[in-house]
Amino acid sequence: MTKPRIGFFDFTGCEGCQLTVLNLEAEFLELLELVEIVEFRELMSEGGGELDIAFVEGSISRPDQIERLAAIRARSLTLVALGACADTAGVNALAALRTADDLRAEVYGSDSPHLATLPPQPLAAHVRVDHRVPGCPIDGREFLAVLQALLMGRPPELPSFSLCVECKLAELPCTFEAGVVCLGPVTRAGCDALCLRGGDRCRGCRGLIDNPRSGPYHRILEENGLTADDILREFRTFNVPGKGGA
Amino acid sequence: MRVEVRHLTRVEGHANLVVDVASGELRECRLEIVEAPRFFESLLKGRHYSDVAPIVARVCGVCSNSHTLVSLAATEAAFGVEVSAQTRRLRQLLAYGEILQSHILHLYFLAIPDYLGVTSILPLAKSRRELVTRALRLKKLANDICLAVGGRPVHPVTPCVGGFSALPAAAALQELRRQLVAALPDLEETVDLFATLPIPAFERETEYLSLSPDGGYPLFGSELLSSDGARIPVRDYRLAIEEYLTPHSTAKFARLGRESYMVGPLARVKNAFGQLSPMARQVAAALQLEPGTINPYRNLVARLVEVIHCVEQAIHLVDETLLPGLRREVPVVTARAGVGVAAIEAPRGTLFHAYHYDADGCIESADCVIPTAQNLGNIEADLRALVPQLLDLPRPELTLRLESLVRAYDPCISCSTHLLTVDFA
Repeated sequence: MTKPRIGFFDFTGCEGCQLTVLNLEAEFLELLELVEIVEFRELMSEGGGELDIAFVEGSISRPDQIERLAAIRARSLTLVALGACADTAGVNALAALRTADDLRAEVYGSDSPHLATLPPQPLAAHVRVDHRVPGCPIDGREFLAVLQALLMGRPPELPSFSLCVECKLAELPCTFEAGVVCLGPVTRAGCDALCLRGGDRCRGCRGLIDNPRSGPYHRILEENGLTADDILREFRTFNVPGKGGA
Repeated sequence: MRVEVRHLTRVEGHANLVVDVASGELRECRLEIVEAPRFFESLLKGRHYSDVAPIVARVCGVCSNSHTLVSLAATEAAFGVEVSAQTRRLRQLLAYGEILQSHILHLYFLAIPDYLGVTSILPLAKSRRELVTRALRLKKLANDICLAVGGRPVHPVTPCVGGFSALPAAAALQELRRQLVAALPDLEETVDLFATLPIPAFERETEYLSLSPDGGYPLFGSELLSSDGARIPVRDYRLAIEEYLTPHSTAKFARLGRESYMVGPLARVKNAFGQLSPMARQVAAALQLEPGTINPYRNLVARLVEVIHCVEQAIHLVDETLLPGLRREVPVVTARAGVGVAAIEAPRGTLFHAYHYDADGCIESADCVIPTAQNLGNIEADLRALVPQLLDLPRPELTLRLESLVRAYDPCISCSTHLLTVDFA
């Protein structure tokens, strides 16, 4: 049996998700037994051809990237958005709050037309995305679970409950009690509340759950003196408006 | 003849290399950085100090710990926050974890295929399995350091303004120490392997910049040292370093006293040779790396010497942290209006962050100067000096030689905003 052909691609982002794949040291050699990695610019020189699965990292933020993404889509049976930048625009979503010209002039000065960009968007704004691995960066275990499902011909499933569930299972104190805004109630679980375990708060990098329970969450916000605008502003750190950000 | 390498591979990010030679004359030589600009400095505007490090960590997956640590230091400088000796040691350990992570990735995954005649490490998984498993073991050790101290290998979560929001378990640090000692045979084999690589002979002297080695091998610090003799306070970096735009790059270029300068492993080794750990000095001697070394390809060897240094120092740091006992500390931070500047020796060289804060502790303006951006001018100057020496080589060999030179700098192009195209016309 021929091995499925897998490629990794990146657009605007930090390559932290591809690095997280490389960081699966224990499973990496086993992975090579199961699939043929045919493209991975960060790791190898060659590339090209038809692909069974394309894992695509990064947001789309330049005109030429739209064409490159479309070409990858055209030669891939399955396309998976890898990580927050590809899934919800990730931290690049912060740029959506300003105009592109403004941002460019501020960092590079006014005489920099070659640095033209578009407001950063997730892959799904431009091509059909079949599946996604959320998170900034992705969780290595979850990547393996998604890949395993695809290799077995099943659609991968993401947790449909909120991060609060994992936080409570870990018996962590609620960050709201410390007066700190947390996006756990509306953010998709699957990271095992890693940031909360590390003493930090949830900033929503895994995107919104499918059906957030708006009633209870509004109550939490009101009790803590927050408006919907406050919480949306928080949510914009990793989620571009209208694309997974609501 | 035009050499164009589009989307240079085995580098972190996207870049093209363009070299154009006509009748033996070099007409054009440039490294085009085509990574999409991300405008992090603007994105930080108005952000509360507690969000600044988590946002800038996302500049780069490979050096997210360095961005985090220098960001915290800049914010602490702005607020006048002093951190504890325990915090300083744990931050050093985390920084060494990241340098190891990045250097091992570069040595084994990005650089070695050039010297073993393969296009990636993947085919070696069958033909040189012991090499690949060793690479993975060393990489895992480095990641385990970052995981234990920072909470996650990529984009750490526990370092925060004023200290740490969660501490590693003492047992995790003891386990790290055991693994660090157990890694020594793997390091010996790595040194043996690199001693056999045919590193090209090419010399070009330049200006080498790092943090000053006065307090030990450069890592954190408040003063810069140029190999030309200048000592510059970190807070005055803007007066000394000139950043400028070129039409072919989305990354800014930089210069100091000369037309270009070098930061990174070779610059650090040259400026601080005497501060290397005893084992690292032995390895440097065995691999003929000296303060006088001016071959940019030997950045690779300097990187390996630093791997040895980091492992040895990490063992000491674990001991120094565990000996007095880990203490739970609650960071105390009071925001105030002010300016904070800090620098760290990231894996690829000196990394600067500077922030203006308002009285509420929100960013008014930010500036980040990235190691690769500082090296770009120097890489081009190396290429300009090298190409005329290689014109007799067959084109694929010439291209490989140029690509490996760029790779020796381990350019991190996501950071500096990605690539290499060698195009023969």
